[in-house]
Amino acid sequence: MKLALNHIVKRFDGHLVLDGVSLSLEKVHTLALVGPSGGGKSTLLRIIGGLEYPDSGGLEINNEPVTFREEALLRHRRSIGTVFQSFNLFPHLTALQNITLPLEKVHGRPPAEAEAIARQLLERFRLPGHAGKRPAELSGGQRQRVAIARAISSKPRLLLLDEPTSALDPEMAAEVLDAIQELREEGLDFILVTHEMGFARQVADQVAFLAEGRIVEAGAAGHVFDTPAAELTRAFLAKVLKY
Amino acid sequence: MRGSRFFTASNEPGAPSPSLPLRALNFSIALLAVSLIFCFSFWNLEYHLRWDSIYPYRRMFVQGWLTTIWISAAALVASTLAGFFSALAQRSRFLPLRYLSKIYVEIVRGTPLLAQILIFYYVVAPAFHVGDRYRYLVGILTLAFFSGAYISEIIRAGIESVGRSQLESAKAIGLTRTQTYRYVIIPQAVRQTLPPLAGQFVSLVKDSSLLSIIGISEFTLNAEMVNARTYSTLESYVPLAVGYLILTLPISMWTRRLERRHKFET
Repeated sequence: MKLALNHIVKRFDGHLVLDGVSLSLEKVHTLALVGPSGGGKSTLLRIIGGLEYPDSGGLEINNEPVTFREEALLRHRRSIGTVFQSFNLFPHLTALQNITLPLEKVHGRPPAEAEAIARQLLERFRLPGHAGKRPAELSGGQRQRVAIARAISSKPRLLLLDEPTSALDPEMAAEVLDAIQELREEGLDFILVTHEMGFARQVADQVAFLAEGRIVEAGAAGHVFDTPAAELTRAFLAKVLKY
Repeated sequence: MRGSRFFTASNEPGAPSPSLPLRALNFSIALLAVSLIFCFSFWNLEYHLRWDSIYPYRRMFVQGWLTTIWISAAALVASTLAGFFSALAQRSRFLPLRYLSKIYVEIVRGTPLLAQILIFYYVVAPAFHVGDRYRYLVGILTLAFFSGAYISEIIRAGIESVGRSQLESAKAIGLTRTQTYRYVIIPQAVRQTLPPLAGQFVSLVKDSSLLSIIGISEFTLNAEMVNARTYSTLESYVPLAVGYLILTLPISMWTRRLERRHKFET
């Protein structure tokens, strides 16, 4: 995937969250956005996902500019999958229905086919016995795996993961990270916002370090983690890797 | 205290409901207490109820009761529609529609039904050349208009109870606005709205009694007429109370069942 962010600016109530974010990556398979809280990572991810409008600036995916108008955005959102920190499954639907709803209503798959796809995905994420359960009956890790299954069910060209493990305890986080690792091995492109530096380093081939609404540093994961060029990056990594 | 287990149950959330015999026993006790109060009051009145005086008018009661049923049912359907569209209008991006709905809700909720019925019947309906022949229609529409404002607020609250993260999730999977309402918001809002909605339906059935002032011969008007002819006030109004209870109790019970069916944790 080719990704270009062109001077993206975003304010919330006069507070500058993204202060002209620019980034150009020729061939990115997995990109991790890391940095201190409040640095604008999630906002940037939401703009890439078409869930938030930038105040100015824009982005291109594979040389196609994303048009920030409702009809165009609907198409854009349908072409990518998004996984949130807080799972965001629909509580009134079962795990299976959470996956089949977009397949049927958004992507026009016949119900039988949608169900077959959903069952296959549940199987794959080791949740076959949970198809008929509502989100409240599932553990956090199971919910997040259902959310990932839902996000990839339509074979999106890009998957966005917004701190997918922050709300989970370590054991459940590991289950989810395993699932993401598998997706990477299958060749799915994704952008990941995470606080798990170890995982970011392991799974991402590119890393962008965001702080104070700007990209401070970006490049190959090993390079950024081992020999950070910017003082801000060095200070941040020293802090988070201390324990 | 020994024996207290016959009369107590846990009120912790999620505690199992008391067993059937326990419920029956305690329900009977409560019912007995209520009955005793009424029996005592009636006995104290030293008045002998003369049911024979109203017996010849039994058909009027039945007819009025049936009229109340179909008028309420029609107004219930119409008011739900009115409330639903008014609630959607309040969330419309088109501002005149939004304010129209707000004005409607505030005016209706802030004025007595009695005044609304009189204004509609004597002012609005004639202006639109709706003749006296259609007084039932005017009555039903007025009642629906009145109840719709309350239902609008109930539905609006239900829609707003659906969290932001749900809307975001619906957006992210690519649902359109209409699909978001259809598959995400409404199914979740229904659960929130059922209990207050049932209360509103019960009110609507009772409020239909006010239509008697424009001469719709429903249950209350017929009871009043029987009273006027027989001077048997109590004998006319006790059946009235019972008749309304027969209509309103099942609505409450039905809603409890629906509530249980739509139960899920968020």
